[in-house]
Amino acid sequence: MAVSLPGALLARWCLVRLRRGEPAGGASNSSGSTPRAGPEGGRGARRSMASVELRQVRKQYGQTSVIHGVDVGVRDGEFAVLVGPSGCGKSTLLRMIAGLEEISSGEILIGDRVVNRVPPKDRDIAMVFQNYALYPHMSVFDNMAFSLRLAGRPREDIQRRVEEAARVLGLGEYLQRYPRQLSGGQRQRVAMGRAIVRAPQVFLFDEPLSNLDARLRVQMRTEIRELHQRLRTTSVYVTHDQIEAMTMADRIVVMNLGRVEQSGAPLELYDEPANVFVAGFIGSPAMNFLPARLRRTPDGVEAVLGDALGLPLEGCELPDGSALTLGVRPEHFVIGSGAGLPAQVLGVEPTGADTQIFCRVCGTPVTVISRERHRFEPGGMIRLTPLPGKTYLFDAAGGQRIPTRDPRRG
Amino acid sequence: MAESGSAAQGHRGRLLDNREFLGALFLLPAAILLLGLLAYPLGLGVWLGFTDAKVGSSGQWIGLENFEFLVGDSVFLLSAWNTFIYTFTASVIKFALGLWLALLLNERLPFKAALRAVVLLPFIVPTVLSAIAFWWLYDAQFSVLSWTLVRLGLIDHYIDFLGNPLLARCSVIVANVWRGVPFIAISLLAGLQTIAPSLYEAAAIDGATALQKFRHVTLPLLSPIIAVVMTFSVLFTFTDFQLIWVLTHGGPLNATHLMTTLSYQRGISGGALGEGAAISTAMIPFLLLAVLFSYFGLQRRRWQQGGADR
Ligand SMILES: Nc1ncnc2c1ncn2[C@@H]1O[C@H](COP(=O)(O)OP(=O)(O)OP(=O)(O)O)[C@@H](O)[C@H]1O
Ligand SMILES: [Mg+2]
Repeated sequence: MAVSLPGALLARWCLVRLRRGEPAGGASNSSGSTPRAGPEGGRGARRSMASVELRQVRKQYGQTSVIHGVDVGVRDGEFAVLVGPSGCGKSTLLRMIAGLEEISSGEILIGDRVVNRVPPKDRDIAMVFQNYALYPHMSVFDNMAFSLRLAGRPREDIQRRVEEAARVLGLGEYLQRYPRQLSGGQRQRVAMGRAIVRAPQVFLFDEPLSNLDARLRVQMRTEIRELHQRLRTTSVYVTHDQIEAMTMADRIVVMNLGRVEQSGAPLELYDEPANVFVAGFIGSPAMNFLPARLRRTPDGVEAVLGDALGLPLEGCELPDGSALTLGVRPEHFVIGSGAGLPAQVLGVEPTGADTQIFCRVCGTPVTVISRERHRFEPGGMIRLTPLPGKTYLFDAAGGQRIPTRDPRRG
Repeated sequence: MAESGSAAQGHRGRLLDNREFLGALFLLPAAILLLGLLAYPLGLGVWLGFTDAKVGSSGQWIGLENFEFLVGDSVFLLSAWNTFIYTFTASVIKFALGLWLALLLNERLPFKAALRAVVLLPFIVPTVLSAIAFWWLYDAQFSVLSWTLVRLGLIDHYIDFLGNPLLARCSVIVANVWRGVPFIAISLLAGLQTIAPSLYEAAAIDGATALQKFRHVTLPLLSPIIAVVMTFSVLFTFTDFQLIWVLTHGGPLNATHLMTTLSYQRGISGGALGEGAAISTAMIPFLLLAVLFSYFGLQRRRWQQGGADR
């Protein structure tokens, strides 16, 4: 593992360029901090960018309320990912930013402008739809040129921008084809191309990768991210896939049932989840939750799991006997034989690099990941001990995180 | 005995396994229908056109004589001209109204289902019934239209809708349009509903106005269906008979005579079967033209073709 991280990035960058038929030598000057002029590149003309701000945004369909007062701020040039389970209102929120859906109350600002009453075409945004929404009767070129033509741009300008975008996306040889004659991945790129030729203030993506196969999804994920590195256009990206969120986002906004549960940088959410929902949603396999009880002893405070195992806590103000939920990530268990929680093994799945062990602890299913190649038989008993300092405590009733200072955490 | 029986069974079995024999067997009913009910009458009609057949006499082959006579016949020429005007005007109006109605019904409307049913009504009523209703509307003495206009004080005496050549032409066209619009509207509505709403959203974000959305999204995506629907509409209008026959019998002064009504009048009422058949036969080239139009109109657009590279 001698390759350093910047080295790996540089290598990937060269590969990408080679695949696109560009000289790899260009990598040396474009891997630096100066982004190359994008398709919009008018002689170093800086594109105007914008922040997106949502203030107490609500949405109602008749009597049913689907978004209940959302506050989100996306900074200029940031790549924000809205993530949450199906039906939590991500698409609705994105469509409200785009102007395709009316805002029941609250304010949406793009830049410094309140856009509640501004029609989509005047918001200076571009959107990539989940089903791509390419015009089937227009060639790839015409699909990308459509918005520019409507804006009355000169012919040469349109030609130049579309060709530049096609080159960036590796679509050069498909410009005269119709959407039907393209593969899913190519269509996805056309949809991206249609968005970038306009050089809008904000990009909106609604699950753009969900129709692609797993490999292509991983590849496009990196390419979109790379494109953002280059264009630095403020982006709001919707997905239900937390891995996509973790790998792409500058900032993740976790939504559930029409509310924002937490927002922050990916690792911030991973390390410091605000509640049970975020803790369970971010990370794969998901965090394990075990019922626990608070006990005050003369020596201090501890969380008691099952009948016996106590984990010392500090700085916890809750009364003796409070019901708690203990959160432990799968990789933060120690498997032993003596002390620890008794766990019944349900199944073992070796993935090569590590081993996933599914078991049952005090009636709760628990997933454990171990670096070692265990060979437990289903039905057998093992002992699990949560790694000290790596556990999370939540209020069992409300699900909110209880701030603790573990004496052993550094 | 038993041997020969099983041999015959085997023979039949083999015959039923034969793809070509089976194919021919399944084609038979359709072939009989087509030949007996379509090809034979058509052939007979065309053949009659080249004879001097009258009701009661089978007629002799006289070659192109009927057609030579018709070319010099001012009533025939007028009817051909009328047919064109009638077909063209009615089709254009039907298309415009049908498209407009379809776009309207495609919007969010209260009582949408009920409205669609109402639109279909003229199409469901038998032609002769609706023709009689129109006849009553247009009647010189009992016309509801005239009565309303008089009551409103817009005119002072009743209009003879079917008595004046120009008015009669307009009146039959209106009746035809009323009857034909539902078919076009409902077919185009079905077409409109196949257009994904996200295309309109994409166009809205791309900066299109309502008119530009119609021009660049709706119209091109609807064009294959427009081609089918309008071909049928033109064929139906060109061969319209019942409405004219009930309303005007081709009058006044042959102003509303179409080729179909003239053919019926000369061939069946007048008994000159040969001449009537010749008039009908003369329609065939025009109908072929319309079918040809549909053939090219119906061809899959390049953008509709999937899969294959290049
Ligand atoms: N037109 C509508 N009328 C009533 N309720 C609606 C309407 N459109 C959406 N909803 C509701 O709003 C909620 C949010 O829908 P939305 O499409 O934003 O979910 P989502 O987070 O994008 O889900 P997914 O990941 O499945 O796309 C859903 O519960 C849905 O039932
Ligand atoms: Mg959605």
